[in-house]
Amino acid sequence: MLGWGVEFLRAEMNRLLSLLFHQGVLDEQFLQLQQLQDESSPNFVSEVITIYFHESEKLLRNLRLLLMDKELSDYKKMDIHLNQMMGSSSSIGAKRVRNVCVAFRAASEQNNHAGCLRALELLEHEYCYLKNKLHELFQIEQQRALASGVRYPAQHD
Amino acid sequence: MASPSTRIDDGHDMDSVNSGLMREKLSVLVVDNDALVRKVHEKIVSKLKVAKQVQIQTATNGKEALDLHLSGSSFDIILMDMQMPIMDGTEATKELRAMGVESMIVGVTSADARADKEAFTEAGLDQCLAKPLTADKIKSLVETLEKNK
Repeated sequence: MLGWGVEFLRAEMNRLLSLLFHQGVLDEQFLQLQQLQDESSPNFVSEVITIYFHESEKLLRNLRLLLMDKELSDYKKMDIHLNQMMGSSSSIGAKRVRNVCVAFRAASEQNNHAGCLRALELLEHEYCYLKNKLHELFQIEQQRALASGVRYPAQHD
Repeated sequence: MASPSTRIDDGHDMDSVNSGLMREKLSVLVVDNDALVRKVHEKIVSKLKVAKQVQIQTATNGKEALDLHLSGSSFDIILMDMQMPIMDGTEATKELRAMGVESMIVGVTSADARADKEAFTEAGLDQCLAKPLTADKIKSLVETLEKNK
């Protein structure tokens, strides 16, 4: 019964991953990240994603602060934050987040405050969606690991 | 001064067909202010098994990279991010070349880095690659290194 649970959870993980690839939320770089995980670093993916969440939230806060004052928006600083978010997003395969950063940067280059605000809202939305889905993925992975770590009592006929 | 991290991997590769032809040692410096990018690039390099011993160090900005060289370290490949605080990749590359550093310096940038990328390349890069770095891209760098030996 519990073995069946492990398979079910594995199927759930694959279904979720397929959905995220199909939606363009993730790209093959995420698979590269998974392939980097091994016995010497069994939590590599979750460690990297945790860093990503932590850094991205700081960057998003900074971007919002920069845009709060329409007259004094520092577009050069915005560019630096966006560049970092693009780099880290592309490194984990967060394709849609990265693409929104590109559009955001285009607005920033034109000193387009309204465009930047719209882009920031979209970026926050995409980031939240990604974060929720990755949390879901890790929860399923944890359940799968727990289920496969269960020892079955010996069965006698 | 923040101390850069060092990691040495013993490149035992059970799967390598050509382990006899593998280079003895590869030393790589990953320079990036983004902790995530450093972690991922470090892991990619360590898993490549392109040498019997792979030594990886990281630095969080161009100045740290310079300080490592001033303290006597040298590397086969330097993966240099472009945009970093304190000292960016362009300036660090210029300084390293002015110091006589002949290592392969590879710029690593966001794909749409435009005109800045030109200045970065002219600072003395051997190549400029777009993020994300992949195992294939880094393998290709090592092959180039071997060809130019």
